[in-house]
Amino acid sequence: MAGPHAPRTRRAVLRLAALAAAAAVIGPDLARADAKAVEAELKKLFDGKTMAEGRVKLDVPQIAENGLVVPITVEVESPMTEQDYVKAVHVFADGNPLPGVLSFKFSPAAGRASASTRMRLAQTQNIIAVAEMSNGALFTAKAEVKVTIGGCGG
Amino acid sequence: MISRRHFLQATAAAHALSLASGLGPLGRAAAQQRLTEADILRFEPVGQVTILHVTDIHAQLVPLHFREPSVNLGVGDAKGKPPHLTDAAFREYFRIAAGSADAFALTADDFTQLAKSYGRMGGMDRVARLVKAVRAERGTDKVLLLDGGDTWQGSWTSLQSKGQDMAGVMEALGTDAMVSHWEFTYGEERVKELAEKSKVAFLAQNIRDNEWQEPVFAPRKMFEKGGAKIAVIGQAFPRTPIANPRWMIPKWEFGLREDDISKQVEEARAEGADVVVLLSHNGYDVDAKLASRVKGIDVILTAHTHDAMPGAERIGDTLLIASGSHGKFVSRLDLDIRAKKIAGFRYKLMPVFSDAIAPDPAMKTLVETIRAPFAVELSREVGRTDSLLYRRGNFNGTFDDLIAQAMLAERDAEIALSPGFRWGGTLLPGDPITFEAISNATAITYPACYRMQMTGAQLKDILEDVADNIFHPDPYFQGGGDMVRVGGVGYAIDVSGSMGSRISGLTLLKTGQPLEASKAYTVAGWASVNEATQGPPIWEVVQAHVARQKTIRIEPNTAVKVTGA
Repeated sequence: MAGPHAPRTRRAVLRLAALAAAAAVIGPDLARADAKAVEAELKKLFDGKTMAEGRVKLDVPQIAENGLVVPITVEVESPMTEQDYVKAVHVFADGNPLPGVLSFKFSPAAGRASASTRMRLAQTQNIIAVAEMSNGALFTAKAEVKVTIGGCGG
Repeated sequence: MISRRHFLQATAAAHALSLASGLGPLGRAAAQQRLTEADILRFEPVGQVTILHVTDIHAQLVPLHFREPSVNLGVGDAKGKPPHLTDAAFREYFRIAAGSADAFALTADDFTQLAKSYGRMGGMDRVARLVKAVRAERGTDKVLLLDGGDTWQGSWTSLQSKGQDMAGVMEALGTDAMVSHWEFTYGEERVKELAEKSKVAFLAQNIRDNEWQEPVFAPRKMFEKGGAKIAVIGQAFPRTPIANPRWMIPKWEFGLREDDISKQVEEARAEGADVVVLLSHNGYDVDAKLASRVKGIDVILTAHTHDAMPGAERIGDTLLIASGSHGKFVSRLDLDIRAKKIAGFRYKLMPVFSDAIAPDPAMKTLVETIRAPFAVELSREVGRTDSLLYRRGNFNGTFDDLIAQAMLAERDAEIALSPGFRWGGTLLPGDPITFEAISNATAITYPACYRMQMTGAQLKDILEDVADNIFHPDPYFQGGGDMVRVGGVGYAIDVSGSMGSRISGLTLLKTGQPLEASKAYTVAGWASVNEATQGPPIWEVVQAHVARQKTIRIEPNTAVKVTGA
């Protein structure tokens, strides 16, 4: 059946499926970022520096209740002293029109490196958080958020 | 009988499943055609506490037929395990004789024939009779009655009274606490109104207001029964805003919130709980996974997926109970609690055979009072059926086939889409199709039957998305319903596939031609979760079709080819 079916245009499907079942995602069709775009963005920002996994706790829902406002909390393990603190946390999405979602800037005065907000996700995709430490080290975490059309049984 | 119990316990060891008395002596009694209330209630009490559990009644006040699924596939770790067993495999696992009362209550094959022998099941007056009998036997101070939700929705009277009929019935039944899912389709205000004025504790640890992230309802409640402190933590259906219209509950967020359940368990223990019960509307497979990850829960009373199991399953230190749907069963779980642990238990899934159980007079009167204003509408015969009309099954049900045919005919569509709801009664061949029977399968607060254009590619993607919500190997990604039903179209599905690759061979049945990805087709459907969907209520569409056809005959549905199961 691959033949007669064009590659998925997820946004169109979602808009439509809204009627069959669920979530309306409205907006013009835009080009999507992808894993490569995120990689390129990271390279641009950090000049290809290696990133270690760990220390970053990325809290996003496995399944979004509403793709328009998906809650996100990032927290980075750090003493947050003048000598050792988190400078910033950058968040990327590999399925949105633009790969960059947001950056949180911190100083030792923050006490802890934790922040929450909401973001819009166009489709099921990976969220990547990168923490920039005061000594220049980078830590990262990744999580997938599923954006479904919904509808139900039960 | 003793040998049967021993046999069941031996089976339990083999399956890590504690069958205890199962349906007990029903098989024999049924074989002798002398099924009595005493047989259904017979139970050797154990310990100091009895928990009674009812769930997914879907507002069925009076006895009905409800055929269990003949196709109920499990994926991932759940494959081939209960509750994902049907017919002969189910009977073999639970040691149930073919043709017995147990077989009629729990399996699908031979349903029509057995229905004639055993009659309808459920009815709130019969449920009340069983509950009162257990309270009388054990003492009211030892019995806790818990409702797993999907209680206020599913009938014409519940729709017309916006849940008031069932809220009143459950309060009269002396229900201690409840959780919810379809209740939320009456909207935030109505749910709060009914919850606040009821004596039934409305629990939901997993609902927050989306502005301040504050809890909307009490997360748990401590009950003292038989000298033991029982903490009941409530879990609403985590995916309510995805599965049902979010615009009806715009200020609330749900989600599974596993970490918060752990916190609730810790807090309850700190308050001195002897036993921690999760009253859950997660669905069976989700709860099975949860039991393996969240420590300290003694009992999970499962719901949502409508599974009925005549035995308690044990996962780690947690007992899982599955009490079926539509008032067909009342679960009884006796607990022997020592040193803040369950030292022993006995469980029985009591089948509510309406012909064997005397109605409770007070509840009978209440039910009649509720139904009286609607009596003429409910009993109105719209047509008759020559075929068995049922809903359950992963891919289709004959009642859904009827609804799909009605949409194709009455809305002049090429393709029909009908949601994979698991609720709604069953009609036997020869039965009248009353307005009540139609409304039992369609009574929702967002009933508009839309008509629109969709391309072949869009249809495929809808099927893929819904399939992923059912057959994702990780239960935390499963929504709990059945596959969206299609009319006018056939397809193949590989349930073992991954997102986007399960569906193939979409064919327009009328022409036998493959669906074209870019071509637009006229599609009718209902139960859209979008606000302001236009179209007549689905029950009017079905009614018009049945009235026109007079007699309904549904041919076997071969439009969906399943592989990978």
